[in-house]
Amino acid sequence: MQPTRRIVVTLESVLESVDLAEGVALSVCEAAGFDEEDRHKIGMAVREGVINALQYGNQMSPEKTVRFTLSLEPDRLVIRVLDQGPGFDLSDVPDPLAEENLLKASGRGILLMRSFMDEFTVERSPEGGAEIAMTRLYPAARSAGVKKEE
Amino acid sequence: MSFKATAREVSGITVVDLSGRITLGEGSAMLRQMVRDLLAKGQHKVLLNLGDINYIDSSGIGELVSGFTTVRNQGGELKLLHLTKKVHDLLQITKLFTVFEVHDNEQQALASFK
Repeated sequence: MQPTRRIVVTLESVLESVDLAEGVALSVCEAAGFDEEDRHKIGMAVREGVINALQYGNQMSPEKTVRFTLSLEPDRLVIRVLDQGPGFDLSDVPDPLAEENLLKASGRGILLMRSFMDEFTVERSPEGGAEIAMTRLYPAARSAGVKKEE
Repeated sequence: MSFKATAREVSGITVVDLSGRITLGEGSAMLRQMVRDLLAKGQHKVLLNLGDINYIDSSGIGELVSGFTTVRNQGGELKLLHLTKKVHDLLQITKLFTVFEVHDNEQQALASFK
């Protein structure tokens, strides 16, 4: 079993960081053996996570950065996105599927991340800020029936 | 592939052929401006052909919703044509199939406008 390998990228609070993070994630996903459909889902989850961190966390402040981490664990890819905002609780996020929110122009990012990944959590980091953590099992682990949470 | 939008007029309905990506900072702003321009020109019946849209994120979905409500608030109609599987899946996840009128056939879509 291979040890965990990790890639850490510091992203500036600019829109170009979204494409950069997605590109890094897609390269890692290809190397890890994810198929096209999985790569699309992971890439989109990364985009949504980084957009969330830049816009809602850092408020696009040029003084703030986002720490983007990809961890290749033995059976899964773990992605973390840490911003330097005030942090938030998932329970405070309006449900985009509620009738009264369906016609809102924003607020669907977390729903998409949850839909596309096997696990999704948000925590307030000890340094402040929100840290999104999301996991996708490797195809081999998925077909072998590895439990999502251990 | 970057975002492109080409409008054509068919029987009083504006069909907009979209291609590329509708994402934050790329297609979203262009799509918003395009809808505003159509309304400013008095074109209130809009059919968005998404057949060549290969990628859309939550910002792009938000822009479609925003376009839908903007057109509707001005008494018009905005409908969708030719969804790719990825866009279809996104509308399903976000429950927006209950909001948008979606067509697979252009002639039938055109005929559906009042």
